[in-house]
Amino acid sequence: MARSHLVVEAMQDCGVTHVVWLPDSESHYMYDALNASPLHLVPVCREGEAFGIAAGLHLGGKTPVVLIQNTGLFESGDVLRGNVLNLKMPLLLMVGYRGYHEMVNGQGPVDSAATFTEPILDAWGIVHYLLDTDDDVPKIASAFKESREASRPVAILIGREYDA
Amino acid sequence: MMLRSQALKHLAALRTNEIVLTAMMAVRQWAAFSDHQLDFSTIGTGMGHASDIGLGLALAQPDRRVIVLNGDGSMLMNLGQLVTIAQQAPPNLILMVLHNGTYEVTGGQPIPGPASLDFAGMARAAGIAKSHDFDELDAYVAALPDILNSPGPTFVNLRVLADETPLPPPSRQPLPQRAAQLMQALGATP
Repeated sequence: MARSHLVVEAMQDCGVTHVVWLPDSESHYMYDALNASPLHLVPVCREGEAFGIAAGLHLGGKTPVVLIQNTGLFESGDVLRGNVLNLKMPLLLMVGYRGYHEMVNGQGPVDSAATFTEPILDAWGIVHYLLDTDDDVPKIASAFKESREASRPVAILIGREYDA
Repeated sequence: MMLRSQALKHLAALRTNEIVLTAMMAVRQWAAFSDHQLDFSTIGTGMGHASDIGLGLALAQPDRRVIVLNGDGSMLMNLGQLVTIAQQAPPNLILMVLHNGTYEVTGGQPIPGPASLDFAGMARAAGIAKSHDFDELDAYVAALPDILNSPGPTFVNLRVLADETPLPPPSRQPLPQRAAQLMQALGATP
């Protein structure tokens, strides 16, 4: 389990200015940590909005992160295509990986949200890394750097709920 | 009802250093009146998301006004954005919808609910207090200076008719190049 304040501090260390998000089961503990930070939080009504707002922030010289669940990622296909991939926009994309642990541990029925997450990211050519414990937190900085260097989105998949 | 060309011609005459984002048919109609380094066509971006880009720009550039010229079909695709704008409340954002009741780029099929649709009422109910609805050119032209110079966020629904006159062809400049030019004009390059 990764602690939320470490994740938020890692974003700040990268120079992130805005977190555009819709709360989900894998990241909701981050709300307090984000609110306590100097990062500007932009809640949206539907995940697709997040990519458009992030594009505008980027065009205006800011450094946004999009933080949504895998289900919302699926909903956002066209705007991810247009506003991020077509724009060649560097973006750290943090995605709640709903169903991940049930899928890898073989516990109960597998949530199709988990089944489709990595194949869909692969289809879009979006490199992704798993964030599951404190030990994985340095992946945030390396993914951020990779996205800037390649002018592409790079995804961090959040494997389980954060602790406070 | 006013002609779309008339509405945009009057806006272009008063425009100074605002960022102007255009979507769908507004891209070509606006290009008939403006060739400004702070114009940004959203062709190639996600359909229905021009207002999102405008909100992001308004938050990133608080000292500069941002005008979004959106289509009515595009606005319908993303109505939750009205609530997001109201919550962020950027005073420098003006969202205009060119409301002709049709999906013009696909041949003029009617949008859903054209008879009862009240965009300005929805924007007001979402929390955007400065919300206008114009169907007469004179009233719009009279209000335009105040719309452009008062703190927002401001929503403007323009009930328009498409013109019969030919429009300039859409730009074939690639999206990343258009984005880089806007960022350079804003001094926002990394």
